[in-house]
Amino acid sequence: MAVRQVAVVGAGPAGLAAAEAALSAGATVTVIESAEQPGGQYHRMLPRAYQATHPQRLQHHWRAFERRRRALLHPDCTWWPECTVWALEQAEPGMPPRVHVLDGSVDGTGRPRRVLEPDALVLATGVHDRVLPFPGWELPGVFTAGAAQALAKGERVVVGDRVVIAGTGPFLLPVAASLTEAGAGVLAVLEANRPATVLRGWASRPWELAAQVGKAAELAEYVVGQVRHKVPYAMGQAVIEARGDGRVEEVVIARVDPDWSVIAGSERTLAVDALCVSHGFSPQLELPMAAGCALTAAGFVEVDEDQRCSAPGVYAAGEITGIAGAPAAVAEGTVAGWFAAGGAPAAVSAARRRAAAGRAFARRLARAHPIGTAWPDWLREQTVVCRCEETTYAALCRAAGAPTREDPRAVRLATRAGLGPCQARICGQTVTEITARAREQADAPRAEPHRRPIAQPIRLGELAAPAAQAGPSDRPNMKESES
Amino acid sequence: MYGTRVVVLGAGIVGAACARELAEAGLEVTVIERDRPAGGTTSHGEGNVLVSDKGPGPELALTLLSMRLWPQVLAALADRGAADTAAVEWDPKGGIVVATTEDGAAELDRFAAAQRAAGVLVERLDSAALAAAEPRLTREVTAAFHYSGDAQVQPAGAATALLSAAVAAGATVRTGCEVLGGTVRGGRLIGVRTSAGAQDADIVVNATGPWSGDVSARIGAPIAVRPRRGEVLVTTPMPPTVFHKVYGADYIAAVGSGSAALQTSAVVESTRAGTILLGSSRRQVGFDDRLRPHVLSAIAVKALRLFPCLADTAVMRCYGGFRPYVDDHLPVMGPDPRLPGLWHATGHEGAGIGLSVGTARLLRQLVLGETPDIDTTAFRVDRPAVLGASNATTTHKERGLA
Amino acid sequence: MSPHLVPVEHDSVGRNDRPLQITVDGEPVPGIVGQSLAGVLLADGRLSWRRGPSGAPRGVFCGIGACFDCLITVNGVRDVRACRRRAADGDVVETQRRDEER
Repeated sequence: MAVRQVAVVGAGPAGLAAAEAALSAGATVTVIESAEQPGGQYHRMLPRAYQATHPQRLQHHWRAFERRRRALLHPDCTWWPECTVWALEQAEPGMPPRVHVLDGSVDGTGRPRRVLEPDALVLATGVHDRVLPFPGWELPGVFTAGAAQALAKGERVVVGDRVVIAGTGPFLLPVAASLTEAGAGVLAVLEANRPATVLRGWASRPWELAAQVGKAAELAEYVVGQVRHKVPYAMGQAVIEARGDGRVEEVVIARVDPDWSVIAGSERTLAVDALCVSHGFSPQLELPMAAGCALTAAGFVEVDEDQRCSAPGVYAAGEITGIAGAPAAVAEGTVAGWFAAGGAPAAVSAARRRAAAGRAFARRLARAHPIGTAWPDWLREQTVVCRCEETTYAALCRAAGAPTREDPRAVRLATRAGLGPCQARICGQTVTEITARAREQADAPRAEPHRRPIAQPIRLGELAAPAAQAGPSDRPNMKESES
Repeated sequence: MYGTRVVVLGAGIVGAACARELAEAGLEVTVIERDRPAGGTTSHGEGNVLVSDKGPGPELALTLLSMRLWPQVLAALADRGAADTAAVEWDPKGGIVVATTEDGAAELDRFAAAQRAAGVLVERLDSAALAAAEPRLTREVTAAFHYSGDAQVQPAGAATALLSAAVAAGATVRTGCEVLGGTVRGGRLIGVRTSAGAQDADIVVNATGPWSGDVSARIGAPIAVRPRRGEVLVTTPMPPTVFHKVYGADYIAAVGSGSAALQTSAVVESTRAGTILLGSSRRQVGFDDRLRPHVLSAIAVKALRLFPCLADTAVMRCYGGFRPYVDDHLPVMGPDPRLPGLWHATGHEGAGIGLSVGTARLLRQLVLGETPDIDTTAFRVDRPAVLGASNATTTHKERGLA
Repeated sequence: MSPHLVPVEHDSVGRNDRPLQITVDGEPVPGIVGQSLAGVLLADGRLSWRRGPSGAPRGVFCGIGACFDCLITVNGVRDVRACRRRAADGDVVETQRRDEER
C-alpha cells in the first residue's frame, strides 16, 4: 500500500498527538497551524523572542509536550506554521476535502495560496470561550477568560489589578491561577451554577470519573492553589452587568437561582478594572462544517470510536468533539492520527479507551456546568447581542417575532446579527437561542450559525492570484495542485 | 372571483408578491412553503432591481412596469408600518456600466442607444463625470453609462414585507410544507398533496423559482426551468468606496448566455452596512452547492480589474444561490395549457427580486381576466423553451444529485 | 489601573526584553520584541482602539482571533487582528472605524 498522506489542522495537544500517531503508523504528515509555534491554547508558549530562561514555569505537562512537539521534526513530517486554512473544498467523492491554505501571517497580504490533497484529514481546531451577552459586555476591559489567560501566559500582559472572573466551568480556576501568577489582583471567581448542580453533574456517573483521575487531579490542584492564594471562589453568583464610561469600572454581581434567574435584591456592585468571563466554549466549527461533518445534539463534531467523522476521510480530535481537557484531547488525537494513517486498531486500544473515557467526562462536565436557561432575563432592550454589528436584544426579538420571518437567515439579514467581521463566531449560538425563544420554539438549530465556507478572511488580491504550483523545498511531502 | 381559492407554491419574493396581489384582489390565498419564507433563492442574491442589463424586448417592458410599481408598493407598505418599509432597504443607488475595451465600448454604445429608444433613462458619463461618480474605479475605462433607475433592496426583507402585506390582506402561510403532487379531477388541477396533507385549490400558482421544474413535474406538467448557480463574495465592512452598482459590460453578455460552463463578470457594489458585494458567476451544476475556490478566484480577478484599490480588502464571506433559468432567458407566467388550474410565475433567473412586483401584477390581471398592463405573450407557458425541452429538467436534476 | 506587562525583574520566566517601537495614529508607542500588536497596545495602557459602528470603543475581547473586535490598520492594510499579529519594529498602526473617509 502506498504511504498515506495525512494533513492535520491545528497543533494543540490533539493535533500534535495526531501527528505523532500518524507518523508512528508510517504516514507522511503535514501539520498546519495558524500560529508561529505549536501548543495551541493549552500549551500557549511565550514568544521565542522573549528568550525566557524558564518558560516551563507557565506550563502543565511540559515534558510530555516537549516530547510530542518533536514529532514536527520527524523527517516524514512537514510543519506549516503561520499557515491558515481558508477553505475546504469537497472535490472527489469518497475522499477528504482539498485543503486550501494561505501561507503567511494572520491577516497578512500577498500570502501565497497552496492546496493540499491529503488521503486523510485530521481536524483539531479547538474552541474559544463562549460568552453570553449582558449589559456592558462590549465595554473595553471586559475580556473572555481565555483572552486574559492567553495574554498572561503568552505575552506576560496582565489585564488589570482588580479583576473579577465570572461564568461557569472548572476552567475559571486555571485562569485565576494564571492571573494571580502574573501579579493581577483577583477579587473573586464567580461560578454561576450552585454546588448542587455541579455535584449532581459530577456524581451522576461516578465510575466515569475514575478513568479521568488525571484530569480531576489537575482540577484539584487548581482548587488547592486558589485556597493558597486566598481568591474568593463563590458559587451561585454571576456578573449580570458591567458598567463604566468608555471602559469597565464596576460590575454588578447577583446571586442566581439554578436556572440563572437573578435573586431580587441580591445585586451588589464591585469596582474593577477588568472583568474576565466564560460561560463555556464554542467549538471552531467552520472547517468541520465545510468538510461536511455532522454535529452532535450538543453542537460538537460527531465522531465514532475511531474519531472518524461522518464525512469520508475526515477525523476530528480534541475539544471540537467535546470539552474534556488536554489529556482527553491527546488521547483523541492519538486515535485520530493512527486511524487517519491507516493503522491497525489493536495498537491504540488504550488510547481509544482513554478517548472514550474523555467523551464520558465531557458529558459530565457539560452536566455539571450547564448554561442556565434564564440568562436572557439579564438583558435589556438596548443590550448589544451581536458585537460586530451592535444588534440589540430588542431588535432581534422584534425581527424574530415577525410571523413571516421564520428563516434564521432572514432574521440575520434583517438585523445584521452575525453578519459582521466575526461571522457569528461570538453571537451565532446566542442569536439562534434568542430567536428560538422569541418564537417559542423548543430547540435551537445547532449547525446553522457555523456555516462559514470562507473559513478565514482572505484578501481579494490573494484570492485573485493562482494557487502556488510547487512548495518550497522544506515542504516537499504533499502533492500540490493548481486551484 | 371572490371565494376563489388560490394556492401559491413558494414563499420567496415572487410567491410573496403574487400572494399579496391576489389576496388584495379578494381571493382566498394560501401560501405553501417547503422550508421557510425567503429562505431559498431570495435570500441568496444581491437584491438587484436592475434596468441597465435589459435590452429592448418583453423583459425590458416587464422591468419598466416593475420600476413603476415599486414606489407604489413601497408606499403601500409604508402605510402598514415603518418596520416593513425599513426592512426592504430600498436604495435607488443607480447603476454604472463600464466597458474596458474599444470593442466593448462600441457595443455598449449601441446597447445603451437601443435602451434609450425603448424608454430607459441612460446617460453617458465622460471621464470627469465617471471619476466624480466613482472616484476609486479604474481609469482604464473606454465607455461608461449611468442608469438612474437601478436600485437595490435587501431581498429577504422585501419578501418578508410583501408576505406580511399578503397576510394582512387575508392570506394564510403554511411553512415546512412540501408539495408532493397534484390532485386532478376531470382533467383539472383541484388541489395539491403536501407533506402536511391535502390542500384544495381552484388555482395553483407555481412560484418555486429554481425548483419550479421539479415541482411542476410532481404536479404532472413539467416545465423546463433549471437551476443556475451564482456566487457572491462579501468583504469586511469598509468606509465608503463604491457608490453605485458598478459592473462590466460583459455582465450583460453573461446574463444572456445559455452556456452551462462557468461564466464570470464583474459586479461591484456596497451595502448599507459598509460591506462590498462582488459578483458574479453563473454555472449550471444542478443543485450542487459545494464551494469552488476557482470560481471565487475568477470573481476576484474580474472585480479587481474594475477596482484595483480593493486588492488588500478582506473577503469574509461568500454565498451562492440557485436562480431559475430558462433557455430563452424570459420569465414564465400564466396558465399552463396542459393542466387547467395550474399557473406558473417563475423563470426570472437573477432578476426575480426586481421583477417580482411586475410579475405579480400581471399574474393578478391574467387570473382576473383583465387586460394586462403589458403584453404577456412572450412569457406564456406554451412556448418551446418551457415545454419543448422538459426532459432536460430531469437530466439536470440527476446530474446535480450524483 | 490599566493593563501592563509583568515587570521583567519580577517575572519568574526570566525574560530578556529587547525594545521595539511602533506608531499608533502617529504617536510613538514602545513595545518589546515578540509581543503581539494587542500586547504592545495593552502594555502601553490602552484598553481600546477600534470604534464599533456606533462609535463605541473596542479593544481585545477574545484574545485568540475569534471575535475580530481588535481589528486595526497595519502599514496601510485594514482589518488586521491585533491579537494575532506579531509587532514589528516600525509598524505604522492606525486605529479604524467604518464611517471614516480614506
